[in-house]
Amino acid sequence: MKNKYDVLVIGGGPAGALAAKTAAEKGLSVCLVEKRPAIGAPVRCAEGIGREALAEFTDPDPRFISAEMTGAAIVAPDGFTMRLESAMAGNKVGYILDRKVFDRELVWRAADAGADVFVKTRATAPIRDGKKIAGAHLEFCGEKRTVKADVVIAADGVESKFSKWCGIDTTVPVREIMSSAQYVLTDIDIDPQATIFYLGNEVAPEGYLWIFPKGKRAANVGVGISGRKSGKGHRAKDYLDRFVKRQFPDGKAIECIVGGVSVCEPLQETVADGLLIAGDAARVVDPLTGGGIYNGMFTGRLAAEVAAKCIGNGNCSKNALMPYDAAWRASKMGRTIARNYQIKEFLIKLSDEKLNDIIHSLAKVNLKEFSTLSLIKEITKANPKLMLELGALAASLR
Amino acid sequence: MLNIHRDICGYCGCCVSVCPEGALELIDAYLTVEPACTSCGICAKVCPLGALEVVHEK
Repeated sequence: MKNKYDVLVIGGGPAGALAAKTAAEKGLSVCLVEKRPAIGAPVRCAEGIGREALAEFTDPDPRFISAEMTGAAIVAPDGFTMRLESAMAGNKVGYILDRKVFDRELVWRAADAGADVFVKTRATAPIRDGKKIAGAHLEFCGEKRTVKADVVIAADGVESKFSKWCGIDTTVPVREIMSSAQYVLTDIDIDPQATIFYLGNEVAPEGYLWIFPKGKRAANVGVGISGRKSGKGHRAKDYLDRFVKRQFPDGKAIECIVGGVSVCEPLQETVADGLLIAGDAARVVDPLTGGGIYNGMFTGRLAAEVAAKCIGNGNCSKNALMPYDAAWRASKMGRTIARNYQIKEFLIKLSDEKLNDIIHSLAKVNLKEFSTLSLIKEITKANPKLMLELGALAASLR
Repeated sequence: MLNIHRDICGYCGCCVSVCPEGALELIDAYLTVEPACTSCGICAKVCPLGALEVVHEK
């Protein structure tokens, strides 16, 4: 470990890995630190990603693809199932990854590109040079180290502390943390090529329960509920256990994980003097789906691109780094987050009855012409009593 | 004060993200509480496993 790098990346998930790889490819000296002893473990994820989203960053290597998805289904609170099939039968729409292998592979690629990588190494405080963040104090297997950097990229995940130490409020509102629990269940009867989402207050208040296949008879079965709905006797794990007992009484859990997923709006500012914030730490998880792998990789890569430009120009002030913040907000990802936040806010306020109405209506709509506004129009046509709520949603999306 | 039941904790960091005081930190598989903790109980509420408990001192 050197005392000085161009870029210091904190966190070895997809955001940190893409940041480190991109910065190294641009010829910068890069140090990536991961506080855990192994990249990719423990998994904190349902592991789903869209086909095109993955393709933007890597070929679908079978080593990190657990299963290929061709369809999805939404189960309404009343048990009605709406199937969403790919336009072409048998066409892949997405994958369930094996994050332990995937994350490791991404960091491996960053290392191959020239980045230094240190595991079991955590940042304990920023180094400041006046107002500027100029690196970090690290604990490297118990030893204290100081690493200076022109730019620090904080990609330290949902439990991010680094940005907070730099004076940025990253606190997730209670109602916007998805308190989540998941089993890897084996020996269960499932459709191995379709993801299934269960909605409703009984199953997952203000969240959803998912079955994401990991093989012919195995799946990630998990649930996320709003933090405000969580409490003694009705926590994420309670909801999950109740569902599993009913649906998969003979399933065998070979892994039990928990986690928090933010579904709030992204941070007001994702840059400061000498600092860029990427991935879950920037709260750029999709607020509707809870998906964060693509958004992490996208912001990680973008952060490194902007960092490289600023380092080249010898100016890493907040103003100079601001194009990163502006670019991701203006991107398709940024616009999707803004739109899906509004949709999420709409959906969580619905009663189970209204949710049933909407899903029954959705099932009648021709989903080949899929745009959010046309979809709302179609549902309203099929179900005029939803006019009021849907009208307000449509207005918020314009 | 905040009691951490380490036998229950899944060291996921969900609590860290909601702490308004920044008093919690997850160091690999070990959750720490700093003196800044005000025992507000937000973390105890959102914990997916119920590993956190605010204990009111007598």
